[in-house]
Amino acid sequence: MTTPVDLFALFLHFLTLSLLAIGGAITTVPEMHRYLVDKTGWLTDTSFTSSIALAQAAPGPNILFVAVLGYNVAGLPGAAASMAGIMLPSSVLTLTATRWARNNREHISLRAFSAGMTPLTLGLIIATGWLLAQPFLKAEAHRWGTLALMAVTVVLVLKTRLGLVWMVLAGGVLGALGLV
Amino acid sequence: MPNRPQSLAQLFIAFTRLALQGFGGVLAVAQRELVERLGWLSKEEFVETLAIAQVLPGPNVVNLSMMVGDRFFGLRGAVVALAGMLLAPAVVVLGLAAIYGELARYPAAVSALRGMGAVAAGLVLATGIKLLPALKTSPLGRPLALGLALLAFVAIGLLRWPLFHVLALLGGGGMALAWWRLRK
Repeated sequence: MTTPVDLFALFLHFLTLSLLAIGGAITTVPEMHRYLVDKTGWLTDTSFTSSIALAQAAPGPNILFVAVLGYNVAGLPGAAASMAGIMLPSSVLTLTATRWARNNREHISLRAFSAGMTPLTLGLIIATGWLLAQPFLKAEAHRWGTLALMAVTVVLVLKTRLGLVWMVLAGGVLGALGLV
Repeated sequence: MPNRPQSLAQLFIAFTRLALQGFGGVLAVAQRELVERLGWLSKEEFVETLAIAQVLPGPNVVNLSMMVGDRFFGLRGAVVALAGMLLAPAVVVLGLAAIYGELARYPAAVSALRGMGAVAAGLVLATGIKLLPALKTSPLGRPLALGLALLAFVAIGLLRWPLFHVLALLGGGGMALAWWRLRK
């Protein structure tokens, strides 16, 4: 089921996610997936995942995957709407909170906030990795290749200092050769 | 005494240069450029600013760039640093997205993206695993913190609950518990 693309709804969706993106926008990927793929049908599962892969492969802050998602929904206006939505609330909050936080690092509310949110942030990051792999794991032909490639990637990240971009490029080459 | 940017233009160029070097995340490059090459922040200031950026919503390194800009030039500096971080990389990544639309007709390109997607998923998983030891120092205590992380994974990854519900329930609960423990 696909609902017609609505730029303002797109903007509002990212606007509401902005303040929830503690630990980076990557933690709200499952929610973006629920909205853009499951609810509105503006993106397919595969194009959702490849949008994120593309942004990760490119230079720059990873937040730009939001621009690519918006672009794939509605071209340049979609990219502008999604980026404005995700950046506005968090930027305003960052600027207003910065000076207060700088002087109150030991304040109990700031410490409780951080201590309460850190476990959640980590659980969310791992859930995000899991959800990103789902479309490949669902396709039988690619299941084991994908699992193996993910496992190798995890080991390389944990055990070596190899640049992440080389891993992404190697994944692309292996994919193009039909090995995964 | 750290150096400082002499002009808004210099600030913009520094952040553009930094962002364009950041394949697979900008944090490491930010430290190298801002602390080691430019000397705008001491190592301690960098870590402290990042700690604040991390408890605020929004992309950490982008938040950090705004805080640095704000510190030297006020609001104008924050806006210029943000633009430096996002503009040029946005052009690059959207250019790639546009080309990908053309390339998607070729099976090899689609397969390449699938391979890249699997690696991207692995990178995110590995990042989460790599950060788990940070829970050792949690005021909640390690077992409770790990339990919360596991519950968050199950609720989002397996049960597919909406994020807001999970944040309200688990995040609110975690913060209340942490508050209570810290008060003692």
